[in-house]
Amino acid sequence: MRPEANKPAALGEGRHSPRFAVATATRASIIAALAVIPAVLILIALPAFADRALLQELFYVFTMLTLAQLWNLLAGSAGLISVGQQAFVGMGAYALFAFTIIAGLDPVLSIVLAGIVAGALAVPAALIVFRLRGAYFAIGTWVVAEVCRLVLAQVKHLGGGTGTSLPPDIAGSMIGLDFVRHLFRVRGPAARDILSYWLALVLVVGTFILVYRLLRSRHGLALSAVGDSEPAAESTGVDVFRTKFLIYVVTAIVTGMVGALLFLQKARISPDAAFSLIDWTAYVIFIVVIGGIGTMEGPIIGVVIFYLLQYYLAALGSWYLILLGALAILLMLFAPSGVWGVISHYFDISLFPVRRRLVVPERAGLRKESLR
Amino acid sequence: MLGWIDTLLQGILLGGLYSLYATGLSVIFGIMRLVNLAHGDLIVLGAFLILAATAAGAPLILAFAVVVPLMFFIGYALQSALLNRALGRNILPPLLITFGLSIIVQNGLLETFSADTRRLDIGPLQSASLPLGSGLAVGLMPLICLGAAIGVIVLLNSVFYRTPLGRAFRATSDDVEIAQLMGINNRSIYALTMGIALAVCAIAGFFLGARANFDPSIGPARLLYAFEAVIIGGLGSLWGTLAGGIVVGLAQTIGAHIDPEWQILSGHVAFLIVLVIRPRGLFPRAVD
Repeated sequence: MRPEANKPAALGEGRHSPRFAVATATRASIIAALAVIPAVLILIALPAFADRALLQELFYVFTMLTLAQLWNLLAGSAGLISVGQQAFVGMGAYALFAFTIIAGLDPVLSIVLAGIVAGALAVPAALIVFRLRGAYFAIGTWVVAEVCRLVLAQVKHLGGGTGTSLPPDIAGSMIGLDFVRHLFRVRGPAARDILSYWLALVLVVGTFILVYRLLRSRHGLALSAVGDSEPAAESTGVDVFRTKFLIYVVTAIVTGMVGALLFLQKARISPDAAFSLIDWTAYVIFIVVIGGIGTMEGPIIGVVIFYLLQYYLAALGSWYLILLGALAILLMLFAPSGVWGVISHYFDISLFPVRRRLVVPERAGLRKESLR
Repeated sequence: MLGWIDTLLQGILLGGLYSLYATGLSVIFGIMRLVNLAHGDLIVLGAFLILAATAAGAPLILAFAVVVPLMFFIGYALQSALLNRALGRNILPPLLITFGLSIIVQNGLLETFSADTRRLDIGPLQSASLPLGSGLAVGLMPLICLGAAIGVIVLLNSVFYRTPLGRAFRATSDDVEIAQLMGINNRSIYALTMGIALAVCAIAGFFLGARANFDPSIGPARLLYAFEAVIIGGLGSLWGTLAGGIVVGLAQTIGAHIDPEWQILSGHVAFLIVLVIRPRGLFPRAVD
């Protein structure tokens, strides 16, 4: 599925073993890893010199990128194609509103609790939808999301079908808000934007670390095996159900936290907005597919392309959506591996390598080469 | 008591409409193992095409007679030009192509016909009903719709089980590689399948427009009802799909009888319950 990586392993790797070694790092990935640290530091310090508008835009980009990376983990690695992730976005968002408005908890704490609620929803949901396979699994997840939307439209305490707003005093009392206000000498709303921006940054960086470490671990190997062929994975001792179940619940937890953060920032919720198929699943799938499914780099490129399209063309309304749909179709027909797939095919680079390659050192009398 | 009997009758009749939605989806899955996420939007497209033809001055029957074969050709072209290029073991490309198509059809209808709700004008049939005695009555149009659902299934089954073409369909469904070895062109079988499915979509669209209001946004909900009917009935059996449609219809009318706001929810919940207690549906046939 993925193009063969022929880059030699990083210097020094494989020397300890007389015959061969298994490596995942490449020269490009080491450079990327070194570049990521200053990039993240700059993003952390950004509120000191960026204006509010830029922070708000980056907030949206980070949350969409997180959702995309999570969907990519489900569909690209585990083969679980869900069109119902809006269930967890909406559930997390509604949990945040319930915890803050009804229980009076702090919004930042509520984001974490909202993740747990979304995870708790994922457990019974998984037990039901895992009975469906492939494409039918996809529609099954959609039904679950519809059930959540219809049920929450009945909850009168949270505004029923028309939704409700977050009272200003709740959003104004977040943990850390005073700290941000003093640090940057800004007023309440600007401080809220900065805090939301940082939380989104934490979620996106945390998700990348989580996914990267997971894919490079034994569990990641099991996950790829399940995604490629369930019977083959089962026959080599992988517990297919447990692997899929865990990945489904973990992505649901983080998706729920993203949903909570998104609607904390919006400060207004309704069943149609929180469980929107277009906003939280169609766009997300578009980002992953255009960037390159099954690679960690894909969603980054995808979110940039998506953001530019949105920025310049969203005013076209329905025509914008028609264009996105047509682009997705053309891409599936002519470049199913997406933009990053094409780049890594021609330039043979991998910034987040998760594949194990067999490295045979020159000393063994063989030509230095690496195998899949 | 009479209220409940009436509710059950209405549920069965509504099930006729849902099984019309589902028959096309069932045929596509049975033969190609493909799930068409644009199915609901294509039903709504059928309704709008009939509406457009009547608005252009054609009588309703003529509009119906033109749009059904038109939708057949649209399906044939869609499969030959797009979906046949994405065949293979990976289910993602066909799934995402139909997802993109769903968004295109939905927004294309929105641009062309606006978001206004519409209804097909079926004249006096609209309110005609058949008295059953003791105060009960069933609408004539819903009854015709159920009859059409049964008629479509009888027709399709006789094509699939009594004609050489049907044998080719079943062979392709059972094992596409062996069928190809026997000289069957699976791509043209697939194109015909999509054509048939979309012709059924047009019929479903006609009854959708004749029975209730419609607008460009209602496609995805129709897809879900159709999907639930197929899974409840069990994959691979058209009569099962009819039964599944009736289960969804009954669940919805019973739910609505208790509280009108629960109509759609109870249909979904019935589906989830069936999935838990009989994961392969009520009348399973296919192995996968």
